[in-house]
Amino acid sequence: MREPENITEMKAILEAALLTAGQPLSLDELLKLFAGRMERATLRMLLDELKQAWEDKSLDLVQVATGYRFQAKPELSAFIARLNPDRQPKYSRAVMETLAIIAYRQPVTRGDIEQIRGVSVNPNIMRQLIERDWIDVVGQREVAGRPSLYATTKHFLDDLNLRSLAELPSFEDFIQDEIAVED
Amino acid sequence: MLATTSDIKINGEALYELPQDLYIPPDALEVYLASFEGPLDLLLYLIRKNNLDILDIPMADLTVQYVQYVEKMKAIKLALAADYLLMSAMLIEIKSRMLLPKPSTIEDEEDPRVELVRRLMEYEAIKLAAQQLDEMPKVGEAFQVAHAYYQHIADIKPPEVSMDELVLAWQNVLKRAKLNANHRLGRAELSVREHMSLVLRRLQADGMCAFSELFDVKTGGVAKLVVNFLAILELAKEGLIHMTQQAAFSTIYLQLRQADERT
Repeated sequence: MREPENITEMKAILEAALLTAGQPLSLDELLKLFAGRMERATLRMLLDELKQAWEDKSLDLVQVATGYRFQAKPELSAFIARLNPDRQPKYSRAVMETLAIIAYRQPVTRGDIEQIRGVSVNPNIMRQLIERDWIDVVGQREVAGRPSLYATTKHFLDDLNLRSLAELPSFEDFIQDEIAVED
Repeated sequence: MLATTSDIKINGEALYELPQDLYIPPDALEVYLASFEGPLDLLLYLIRKNNLDILDIPMADLTVQYVQYVEKMKAIKLALAADYLLMSAMLIEIKSRMLLPKPSTIEDEEDPRVELVRRLMEYEAIKLAAQQLDEMPKVGEAFQVAHAYYQHIADIKPPEVSMDELVLAWQNVLKRAKLNANHRLGRAELSVREHMSLVLRRLQADGMCAFSELFDVKTGGVAKLVVNFLAILELAKEGLIHMTQQAAFSTIYLQLRQADERT
C-alpha cells in the first residue's frame, strides 16, 4: 500500500469510503483515512470538490448532523421506493406532537410534555421514539422524583437531512393569531 | 384537524361537512371526540371554529358545552375523561373568578384567562409543528443513503477446530436425532456429493452457519445425517469450507473459503 500522492487519489479514497459507509462519516473519521497526513481545511476543500463532481450524477454528497454521506438524488427516490412497496407506518398525532415538543422545547420531562399537550403521556409513545433513536435521555431534572430529561438525537437530524436543530422551521412560524380576551 | 371527515359515518351515512358552529350532533360526538388529542385540542377547536368568528372565549357557553362533552366522554373511557375533567374544573374556576366582584385593593391581578390562552396558543403551535415534522422528507422514504458493497477482510485468523471437537459435535447431533427418531419406509436417494452442494448452497446464502444448524435432526433420519456429516468432512478436506471455533466445546461455525485463499 502506498499513500496517496495527489488530489485525485485522495478524492478517490474519500469517495470510496463515503460510498461504502452506509452512514454519515464525520471529519474526524475521514481524517483517519489519511493517517495524520491531512489538514482539516484541505479535507473540507476536497469534500467540496467531490460534491461538485457528483452534481450531475445520481447521488448527492450531503452534510448532516453526524457527518457526510452520499444519498440518491431526491427525484430518484420515487423509483427506488418501488423496490420496497411496503410503506413505513405513519406515526400517530400523539407521537408526532410529543416529538415536536421534544424537538422545540428540549430538554423536557414527561411532565413538561403533559403540561403542553394537556393529556398524560402514554409510555408507548416515548418507547417508539427511543426505539427509532430519535430521542434519548440526557439527564435528570433536580426536583422530586428526578424525572428524566429528553432531547432529540443526532440520528433524528440525520434522518431529516438536517445539520442542526437550527435548520428546523422556526417555532415562531407556527404561532397563530392571538386569541383575544374580552373584558 | 379532522381531515378524514368523509370516513365519519352516522347511521351508515357519510358525514362530509364539519359543523359550522359549536353544535355537534350527539350521534357524531363519539366520532369527533376520538379525533381530538385531548382537552386543549378540543377547546382549541371550539374557539377556532366559533361560528360567530369572535376570538374571545365566551366562558359561560363554552363551559356548558364542555361539561356536556365530558359527560359523554365519561361514558366512553374513564381514563381519558380525567384529563378533560381537569380542564373543565379549570374553566369553571376561571368562570367563577370572572363572576366575583374584584376587590378594589387587588387591582393588578392577572386575568385568569391569560394563562389558558397562552397554553392554547402554545399547544396550537406544537400541533402545527408536529404536522410539519410529519411532512418533512425523511431517510428511507424521501432519501436513500448510498451503501455500496465493501468486502471487509478480517485480520485475525479464526482458530482451527480439532478432530475431537468435531466428533463430539457429531455425537451430539446423533443424540438429538435419536430424540426425534421416527420410522419411515422407503429408501431415500442419498449422495455425499449432493449434500456437499446443499451445504455449499446454504453457506452461500447465509454466509456463516453453526455446525448443528446444518443437520435436520427432525426429519432427516440417521442415514441422511451421516451422509451430511461426510459431506461436510469432504468439503473441509477439499478446502472448500472453513471451520472455526472460538473455544473448546463452543459452537463450531462453518463458512465458505474464499477463492483467493484456496491452496
